[in-house]
Amino acid sequence: MNVFRHDIVIVGGGGAGLRAAIEAAENHPNASIALVSKVYPMRSHTVSAEGGAAAVAREDDNLELHGFDTVKGSDFLGDQDCIVYFVEQAPKELALLENWGCPFSRNEDGSVATRAFGGMTTKRTWYAADKIGFHMLHALFQHSMRFPNIVRYDEYFVSKLLVDGGRCNGVAALDIRTGEYCTILGRAVILTTGGGGKIFPFTTNGTIKTADGMALAYRAGVPLKDMEFVQYHPTGLPGTGILITEATRGEGGYLKNNKGERFLVDYDYGVGKKAELGPRDMISRAIVQEIEAGRGFEGAYGAYVHLDLTHLGAEVINTKLPFVRELAKTYVGVDPITTPIPIRPVVHYMMGGVDTNIHGATTLPGLYAAGETACVSINGANRLGSNSLTECLVFGAAAARHAMSFSKDSAAPNEKALVAQCEEEAGRVANLRGRKKGGEKISAIRRELNNVMEACCGVYREQTSMQTGVIATAQLRGRVADLRLEDSSKVFNTELITAMELQNMVEVAETIAVSAAHRKESRGAHTCKDYKGRDDSNYLYHTMTHHDPAGPRLGKKDVVLGKWIPEERKY
Amino acid sequence: MADKTIVITRFDPDKDQAPRKQEYKVPCEPDWKVLDAINFIKDELDGSVAHRWSCRMAVCGSCGMMVNGEPKLTCKTSINDYGDRVDIEPLANFPIVRDLVVDLDGFMHKFQSVKPWIIRAKEKAADPIAARAALHPVKGTYSQSADQLATFKQFSMCINCMLCYAACPVVANEPEFLGPAAIALGHRYNMDSRDEGQGERNEIFRGEGTVFSCSYANECSEVCPKNVDPAAAVNQAKFGAVIDWAKNLVLPRGGA
Repeated sequence: MNVFRHDIVIVGGGGAGLRAAIEAAENHPNASIALVSKVYPMRSHTVSAEGGAAAVAREDDNLELHGFDTVKGSDFLGDQDCIVYFVEQAPKELALLENWGCPFSRNEDGSVATRAFGGMTTKRTWYAADKIGFHMLHALFQHSMRFPNIVRYDEYFVSKLLVDGGRCNGVAALDIRTGEYCTILGRAVILTTGGGGKIFPFTTNGTIKTADGMALAYRAGVPLKDMEFVQYHPTGLPGTGILITEATRGEGGYLKNNKGERFLVDYDYGVGKKAELGPRDMISRAIVQEIEAGRGFEGAYGAYVHLDLTHLGAEVINTKLPFVRELAKTYVGVDPITTPIPIRPVVHYMMGGVDTNIHGATTLPGLYAAGETACVSINGANRLGSNSLTECLVFGAAAARHAMSFSKDSAAPNEKALVAQCEEEAGRVANLRGRKKGGEKISAIRRELNNVMEACCGVYREQTSMQTGVIATAQLRGRVADLRLEDSSKVFNTELITAMELQNMVEVAETIAVSAAHRKESRGAHTCKDYKGRDDSNYLYHTMTHHDPAGPRLGKKDVVLGKWIPEERKY
Repeated sequence: MADKTIVITRFDPDKDQAPRKQEYKVPCEPDWKVLDAINFIKDELDGSVAHRWSCRMAVCGSCGMMVNGEPKLTCKTSINDYGDRVDIEPLANFPIVRDLVVDLDGFMHKFQSVKPWIIRAKEKAADPIAARAALHPVKGTYSQSADQLATFKQFSMCINCMLCYAACPVVANEPEFLGPAAIALGHRYNMDSRDEGQGERNEIFRGEGTVFSCSYANECSEVCPKNVDPAAAVNQAKFGAVIDWAKNLVLPRGGA
């Protein structure tokens, strides 16, 4: 078996992983940084972000305001020390991204332009027309290429963290092209693998978003935090779930019902005077209520409402929202210059993830996490749009700094023990490849998982369906161990990867269901029909789920409060 | 719904001497893209088919393939634009790894060779972090006008789907040719007002198998799903490389 040795190993090549790699490589030119990803970095799902990245930039803005908006958006579940650090670091991080070539849209004076976004008091979302994720990812990836000490493992699938003597010292990775396992060693490991939207049937997420990093950490004994908080983005295309950015509303777009009314204004849904610029959780709920009141449209893929941009005019749409126009034309056959776009709420983002502290460190020495995979937590119960890309940068960089310093102080890994673990893992996966004696097909179990989770954890949740979800996901965990596979080839066996991804998703789905069923209140994205309103006296804490053979074991962690005292969340 | 025969190129280097064709009957929905048909095969008919895909919204660049002989982004191409029989092959002009998956090593090497990052002359002497801090008193960003942005923005839209390499007649004959996307990328940085690396990149462009190998067939721009117009980038890059060379003759160090 091949054994590769590095100072640190980063798993995931999207926004957070690339930022971490650059931070480590630039400040430690003699260190060797492994960047391991199951896809080429430019395919990472950061690429799909559209609207922008938040950081204070204007004279009428300040860190205090960005901090409070984020705390309030989180429904007071975000950790205020982390949020203060986040808003302080944000302008510097976005300036670096600009320096590295990201083609941000500009004001007339040549400075970086900012736009309005949901839940943000003022314009602080830096943008590149409507493709910030694409440009950010490519700028980071291209910039990363100047550092010879970043060693990439493109199309390697990590299926196990290697832990010895209580420290995480490497990963077991399958080279997808050859089908061979290798041991990639480092004195610290950073997980930056993104979220797991594909646990749900209707999602903006690409097919690679399968909660891999969360599952890896969880199985290694690291708790997952706040998993019940799953964000529904208000505006996805029916059928495909393709994201239509919040920037459409930031630029002045309206949501309309089947009577042509701006229902967020005309009916009292509590999203505030700015209506379409309300936070995502509230707007998604308003859309569901509007449809349930019979004021939606019926379509082949269920009911929807309209996102109307026609009054913005061709110039605004073509210069600021050209990708939205391309997507609407290609995937629903609608030109937004003349016709409203059909949209409905869609699973977009996981606020929860691998429990980390403000430095990105997990409870397992040597293991770090950043980006959507992690839960620091700055997002609490509901993330504000355009905070997530900045989060990737701020906490990707922070995790790299702390992982590098940890790696310098720690003893050399026990190579023999770690390679033995990797060999065992290779044996396990060899038995899964082409496993014809198995019981069920991947696609059948995936469909069932998707349906269970949609019923369990939708925009509105009910105690009975959440309990059903808990039982069903536990049962699926047993069944997914007995998959039937057809492809016994070693070379580029995508069926084998899909099987392991499904196992990851099932494991993480169970933590979502268990966390959701336990939280008997409504907070942020976790809205229960049975329990209206937030209950700070009983539930102002982070939900922790620990791995246990019998199923997720629940725990609690205090929310770090600060100068912002929890109050009713009104807009 | 219409039944179509989807013909997939199969190749497993451990088993096959050469690529072969396999047919599948697929009930195609009216709004399906080509990718949906391939995913149906993978999920329901034959789990051993290997292909790459992710975002299914024409931005990650993973799912380029030949559809009835033309390079297409399969998530953006309607299956019902084709007749009862649709032939799907791996991208032309690349070695096949397996089935519809091609080898990108050569491309990644070309991509990196054009130095696709912002190069600052001053950074060579000074500490790059300190140099950056001096950029802007408040936010540390460069100033760039909308016009300056417009000179390179189009060339920054490349999603690396490699359809242009599959279409390029020069790549077909000369696999080492730097090719449309890599040249467009290098040119994108040359045109960026924040960059000072034109001299280094133009030296690369004056080398063998780069911009002057292009025969200006324009195939790359025709197949580009993002309207990047790599052919225009190549043409502009030729001009830039020549001007730079002439300046070097007249003025040592390009007049810098």
